[in-house]
Amino acid sequence: MSTKSKSIETKTDFNQDERLKKVSKLRLLLNRPELGALGGAILVFIFFGIVAGDTGMFSAYGVLNFLDVSANLGIIAIAAAMLMIGGEFDLSIGSMIGFAGICIAIPAIYWGWPLWMSIIFAFSMAVLVGYFNGILVVKTGLPSFIVTLAMLFILRGATLALTRLITGRTQVPGLRVLIEDDPLAWIFATDTFKWVFTWLGSMNLIALRTDGTPLATGIPPSVIWFIALAIITTWILMKTRYGNWIFASGGDKNGANNVGVPVGRVKISLFIGTAVAATIFATIQVLDAGSADTMRGTLKELEAIAAAVVGGCLLTGGYGSAIGAAFGALIFGTVSMGIFYTDVDTDWFKVFLGAMMLIAVIFNNYIRRKVTESK
Amino acid sequence: MSEYLVQFNNISKFFGKVIALKDVTMKLKKGEIMCLLGDNGAGKSTLIKTLAGVHRPDEGEIIVEGKKTIFDSPKDALDMGIATVYQDLALVSLMSVTRNFFMGREPMKGLPFFKTFDIEKANKIAAERMGQIGIDVRDPSQAVGTMSGGERQCLAISRAIYFGAKVLVLDEPTSALGVHQASVVLKYIVKAASQGLAVILITHNVHHAYPVGNSFTVLNRGKSLGTYEKKNISREKLLSMMAGGEELNKLEVELQEMNRKN
Repeated sequence: MSTKSKSIETKTDFNQDERLKKVSKLRLLLNRPELGALGGAILVFIFFGIVAGDTGMFSAYGVLNFLDVSANLGIIAIAAAMLMIGGEFDLSIGSMIGFAGICIAIPAIYWGWPLWMSIIFAFSMAVLVGYFNGILVVKTGLPSFIVTLAMLFILRGATLALTRLITGRTQVPGLRVLIEDDPLAWIFATDTFKWVFTWLGSMNLIALRTDGTPLATGIPPSVIWFIALAIITTWILMKTRYGNWIFASGGDKNGANNVGVPVGRVKISLFIGTAVAATIFATIQVLDAGSADTMRGTLKELEAIAAAVVGGCLLTGGYGSAIGAAFGALIFGTVSMGIFYTDVDTDWFKVFLGAMMLIAVIFNNYIRRKVTESK
Repeated sequence: MSEYLVQFNNISKFFGKVIALKDVTMKLKKGEIMCLLGDNGAGKSTLIKTLAGVHRPDEGEIIVEGKKTIFDSPKDALDMGIATVYQDLALVSLMSVTRNFFMGREPMKGLPFFKTFDIEKANKIAAERMGQIGIDVRDPSQAVGTMSGGERQCLAISRAIYFGAKVLVLDEPTSALGVHQASVVLKYIVKAASQGLAVILITHNVHHAYPVGNSFTVLNRGKSLGTYEKKNISREKLLSMMAGGEELNKLEVELQEMNRKN
């Protein structure tokens, strides 16, 4: 008997440091930055499932509706999260959306460029703006908060002034007719998996219009972009060298520099990333609406940062996840649409958004302390 | 081939009118630990940055393995095998042990253009290397923030050695550590030297330097007060040289008492 118990004892001693508390699986999961957002998203779905389960919110049309809103926010939230992990902010995302919109609309409508050329032009401008933001932050060492706040005003003002100068108004309509047969625009303007919806409609599984076509016609392009970006950025963060550099640049830029991480280049590329994401957002919206508006994207930068924070990004950088930001955007999109299906006044949405962010920050702060806690 | 692994001859560095370093000479053989002693403001930081390739010396020459070289950047110094471990250790506390170990030099796998960070291999190497110095990382994906100060120091040194350091420049590796932790780190430094590395140990703590050093260079107000073999100089003499003389004689007595107590 005694020998047996002894052998068991030595075995446990060998496997375990007696000073180390057993780490439960739950605890390991808690260390993942996106956990809070995942939990939040599940809660939100349970809530609306109970409150608005029979209202049509979860019909094919309703689901695509809130997914579209989430996806649009998600596209910029993911880029904002990447930049935040890299230790910087971009407050010019919203203004970049407006700017990119008119960069597409004015050449296409007033200068007679083909649509694809205008789209390429808008993306080139995005790369320039992002590069300028990045180089300014890296070279001056000023907080990106200030630099990009300045860019917020500059871009919005320039958008308004240039549009009025060239067109005499603040909106540029008339793009819809140009989309057809354009070799590039379809990437940003095509609903996909239409056959699935047609089939579902023919089987009478989803709601139909009076003419017999399904109400929900296909997956909107924003959703495809959103999912693709979420997968690619998560892969970059977890599996590539560049991903490791992003964490390192945000976690400790001097330290990273000292071991040979090109911190400046990493940060500049991330600023280009947010500007390009804003342009993807803008292109999808402009082609969907058929017009560009100088005020489009106002305050979107703050929503994107809020979604990134809810998704587990620390404001100090070096920690966070892209998939978390995607969940953050899903929470905001679902609630902003779902609230229409409930009896709650939609005015309360902003209150929810703020409260959600506050809870997330407190939670993240607690997690950060847990992660960096010394023995 | 020179008998010295690395030589810094008559290094001077000026910042405008300020003479930060003047005619500092250091020579190191393989397996040797040279302690660079100096009080605050003695020019230690400037010297470290010159060794690391951050500053270019205004005068003097650097000879590595018999070849005269000029460091244009920290990368140049690193490529020549001179690795500097700064006080901040260049560790990111929010990142895992593995990700820190390979930060900036990640092992890759896969096809060209689709190369990914080989995290499994990295985990294995990191755990193995830490194990060799007696630090059992239960989980190499744990954040560095959960490690003790001594463990972090050892991680930074171990990383430098893994990536091919021939000369280790250590900036105050024991200054933030308790007695036990400091002795763990010092033991590791001696072990590293015994494997053929040359170590420049920068410190203002004679009590940490004296037991491990083979030779001692004392820096005072940007100038070297000379290099001494261990057999030619006592701990007390070093201490008084560092402080620049008489004024600390009284303190020295007190320190010795404290030392005895320790």
